[in-house]
Amino acid sequence: MCGIVGLFLKDKSLEPKLGELLSEMLISLTDRGPDSAGIAIYGSGREGSAKITVQSPHPERDFVGLDGALEKAIGQNVDLTVKSTHAVIEVPAAKLDAAREALTQLRPDLRIMGSGDVIEIFKEVGLPKDVVERFNLTKMTGTHGIGHTRMATESAVTTMGAHPFSTGSDECLVHNGSLSNHNNVRRELIRAGMKFETENDTEVAAAYLSHRIAGGDDLGQALEHSLDDLDGFYTFVVGTKDGFGVLRDPIACKPAVLAETDQYVAFGSEYRALANLPGIENAKVWEPEPSKVYFWEH
Amino acid sequence: MPTVDLAKSTLRDLNQALHSIPEGSNETSWEVLNPKGSHAVAVGVDKPVSVDVRGSVGYYCGGMNNAGTITVHGSAGPGVGENMMSGTIVVKGDASQYAGATGRGGLLVIEGNASSRCGISMKGINIVVHGSIGHMSAFMAQSGTLVVLGDAGDALGDSIYEAKIFVRGKVKSLGADCVKKKMHPKHIERLQKLLDAAGVKDVKPEEFTRYGSSRTLYNFNIDNAEAY
Repeated sequence: MCGIVGLFLKDKSLEPKLGELLSEMLISLTDRGPDSAGIAIYGSGREGSAKITVQSPHPERDFVGLDGALEKAIGQNVDLTVKSTHAVIEVPAAKLDAAREALTQLRPDLRIMGSGDVIEIFKEVGLPKDVVERFNLTKMTGTHGIGHTRMATESAVTTMGAHPFSTGSDECLVHNGSLSNHNNVRRELIRAGMKFETENDTEVAAAYLSHRIAGGDDLGQALEHSLDDLDGFYTFVVGTKDGFGVLRDPIACKPAVLAETDQYVAFGSEYRALANLPGIENAKVWEPEPSKVYFWEH
Repeated sequence: MPTVDLAKSTLRDLNQALHSIPEGSNETSWEVLNPKGSHAVAVGVDKPVSVDVRGSVGYYCGGMNNAGTITVHGSAGPGVGENMMSGTIVVKGDASQYAGATGRGGLLVIEGNASSRCGISMKGINIVVHGSIGHMSAFMAQSGTLVVLGDAGDALGDSIYEAKIFVRGKVKSLGADCVKKKMHPKHIERLQKLLDAAGVKDVKPEEFTRYGSSRTLYNFNIDNAEAY
């Protein structure tokens, strides 16, 4: 099982409602995966600054004084916003790598969920409605976002096993399905220098895409290659700074529905997730073809 | 006409009401509002009543239907009419994967397109798709008829037994043991009856190509090991 939702807005007037719409879509698919839930949201960024989303198992300890310590380490001002177990840290874009490095030194238990100009990633164990509430997701604004609710099959129910997974700067991946060759692919990627946090199959897919992109592929090419190299069942939804994409494996037994209007492109594992979107009754609704990369960009 | 609004009533209320219709009841025409992708709408109907579903449904709509006439005024999710025994299901929009899977009887009409695995393991059901169908359709189909006015995807009729397939458009590829066959008068007659029953007009049975089993996989033969 697992449920995926995605919403890519074409109409700017809907941007203040992105969090609300996406949260409702995600909650509607609760019974496809009640183990954990997460959301990646592409909001507004500030020119010259980057965002890092971090998570801590001990937020009350790790986030106290973190901004001051980080400022000292990188010699520049930072802006820290704590949201439950997560915090979003805005740093000068030129200092992004230095800040990421400093964070691992300053707070060894901290996990980096993702980073980029605009992306913020929040994920936790628990029901979608609880995760939505914990991070106040309904109030978030943005241009597009992806959500996932997980029914764990391949690895433990943990925060780090929840989706979305970061695949690079402003990029993320969610997955419905199960990969059968993830152990092999993980071994190969470790040899190539990639690092892994979990035994999770989707983390392997995310690392695979990151590795391909680092090697010169664009996201579309990386997805095309995954058709050759990743074995198993998958519907992938990926997010980038400007767009979002969909890919289903050749067997395509994991469900997927797309809807498009003048205002948005929406993805749902089931039509249920799309049923309350504005103007859905006149939307073009269809099932994405297997082995075909779909991509929308602003 | 009894109307069940799924924005106000639960799915269980609807299906229980349909299952509790007494023999010979005059309440033979039901309407379902606000399905909004709900699963298992009108599953297990076993009286000759009509159910009009106003909107799109999720998984398994009309599953195990026995004598009911169910019309979905929208699209259907996976497994519409799964294991149908008799009666009729009409989907005005598209159907997702494995429409009519394992169906034993009755008529399933998809007025739009059907997705992958349409009629998988069908065992007597008749399926008429006005549009096209996806890959692996009629996989291991045992009996019944699959009629497609549009095109068929990859691996049509893989490992098919005695079901009959008629496709008017192109077939992307045939599955193992599925072959093109000659149309005989009895096939023309059978097809005409189904087209009439499915409300298809202005299309002649002669425009279709028949596909079926070459019967080489019925018994294990080591030379065919690759094809199993």
